[in-house]
Amino acid sequence: MPDSTGLELIAQDVREKVGEASITGTHYHHEQATLEVEPGAVHNVLSALKPDWEWLASLHGCDYLPEEPRLGVHYQLLTRVRLDRLNVKTRIGAEEPKLPTVTDLYPTAEFHEREVYDMFGVVFDGHPDMRRILMPEDYTGFPQRRDFPMGGEEVLFTFNEHELPRWYDK
Amino acid sequence: MTPGDPLAVPYREREASPDLNRLDTPVAGTEVEGDEFFTINMGPHHPATHGVLRLLVTLEGEMVRDVKPIVGYVHTGIEKSCEDQAYWKVIPFVERMDYLAYYFNMMAYCMTVEKLLDEPVPPKAQYLRVAHLELNRIASHLFWLATAALDVGAVTFLWWGCRDRDYVLDLFEMSSGQRLHTRYFQVGGVAEDIPPGWVEKAREFIEYFPGRLDQYEALLDRNEIFVQRMRGTGVVPVERLQELGVTGPLLRAAGDPWDLRKAMPYSSYDHFDFKIPVGTVGDNYDRYRVRIQEMRESLKIVEQCLDGMPEGPWITDNRKVALPPRDELATSMEALIHHFKLVTEGFRVPPGEAYVPIESPRGELGCFVVSDGSSKPARVHVRDPSFVNLQAFPDMARDGLVADLIASVAMLDPILGGIDR
Repeated sequence: MPDSTGLELIAQDVREKVGEASITGTHYHHEQATLEVEPGAVHNVLSALKPDWEWLASLHGCDYLPEEPRLGVHYQLLTRVRLDRLNVKTRIGAEEPKLPTVTDLYPTAEFHEREVYDMFGVVFDGHPDMRRILMPEDYTGFPQRRDFPMGGEEVLFTFNEHELPRWYDK
Repeated sequence: MTPGDPLAVPYREREASPDLNRLDTPVAGTEVEGDEFFTINMGPHHPATHGVLRLLVTLEGEMVRDVKPIVGYVHTGIEKSCEDQAYWKVIPFVERMDYLAYYFNMMAYCMTVEKLLDEPVPPKAQYLRVAHLELNRIASHLFWLATAALDVGAVTFLWWGCRDRDYVLDLFEMSSGQRLHTRYFQVGGVAEDIPPGWVEKAREFIEYFPGRLDQYEALLDRNEIFVQRMRGTGVVPVERLQELGVTGPLLRAAGDPWDLRKAMPYSSYDHFDFKIPVGTVGDNYDRYRVRIQEMRESLKIVEQCLDGMPEGPWITDNRKVALPPRDELATSMEALIHHFKLVTEGFRVPPGEAYVPIESPRGELGCFVVSDGSSKPARVHVRDPSFVNLQAFPDMARDGLVADLIASVAMLDPILGGIDR
């Protein structure tokens, strides 16, 4: 992990390349370096970081419910040359959340972005195949959001099919 | 936000919703005679898909022109359920994701929570964890070998692989009481010291198992049919694999020696002497060889673990995190209070976010936990290697025979429980 000084240097570098407003903050906790980025600037920041951080290890969505903006998307970058990790994080509101896709920079993001869309409803502009991946295609709602209730989902079995008449016409 | 109202479309039409247009168009650069494309479903219930994996395959004669993996059939919302459990009760949930490599799921989750808590793990616990992880790697690879050989026609391997896996499961049963989903790792260490006799039984296995591996290699490597189906099939260039974020044996078989145990050691992996097997071509045969060799290396690690097992506690003595020993409950008021607090509410974790990756039998298994300061995690996300590796599957199967597609699924080793979570 870059230490907190290294993180500031990276942030400074990105600010010079992409613009002053692109970075909204830096955090260094638990030996994890996090670069907080303006949602619109995600693609530009990641393309500026790509030469140094060639590998996208993972991409997570999360929901910080009481806080605003509510949703968060994390990009876990990795460099296999310097053996270092960097977390790029962005926060967006839950109303019509939209982010630029990074599949052109990191093709591995394709499934990850579909999963974030599926679970949190974040639409990635320019993604080649923006569909649900884990939930059924006709599912409504985004189950990993924190205000989505646990349980209560009607599960169809042979024994209760008659209680849901003509479920297939819905 | 959902594009269109999906409920406006009748059910039977929605069922056909995977977009076939992209599949029906000819693949660039291939000669197409008379547009003879044929799109079929392989799965979700198919014996060779290693779970409920559905492959939408576009065929031209016997040649595979495109594959679309469709997943989600065993999605059980584990990550959502984790948000409703106290931190230490999440462990059995995450175990059930990648159900062949359960120790690795536990390990990634426990290490993430330990990072958020800044809780050190005693050296003995680290060694015990490594010993169990590597035994689990062997068990997982053995089950892969059993099912993969079954897929390409070597039916009896299912019994042989499971027979040796049972030795490992016996060891798990001795140390934790369970054969599968052991819940052995705890936040701050492991649940219990290994019982007397465990080390001897593990050494028996270490002595016995290489001979078996030699037999298996002899049976498969000198099998003309097996070798012909493996050699030169499913090749993906290493650059493409790196682009797609593929890790684990698949990447190493293509000649890229990336292994987190060596590159970024965790849990005392830097104490052990082992090698990273790599392939040269990156075909299915290399994938098979790399996994077989990994089992030998894992045995070496387990042996070094047993030889160098440190003395000391097997779980942290921080009573805020780990349960007090049973015998203290009868005599110590404080122990009773800690026990009560842990069992009813669980421990609280300071707010923060952490991502910790480890090397599972299938590649980088990372766990991401967001804590909001309460005793339940606000978000648990697992970056499952099978999920990411599956993206490379169309590249592996494209422009090959249907039979090679089956061999490639077998060598991809996807675990659908991990993909769908």
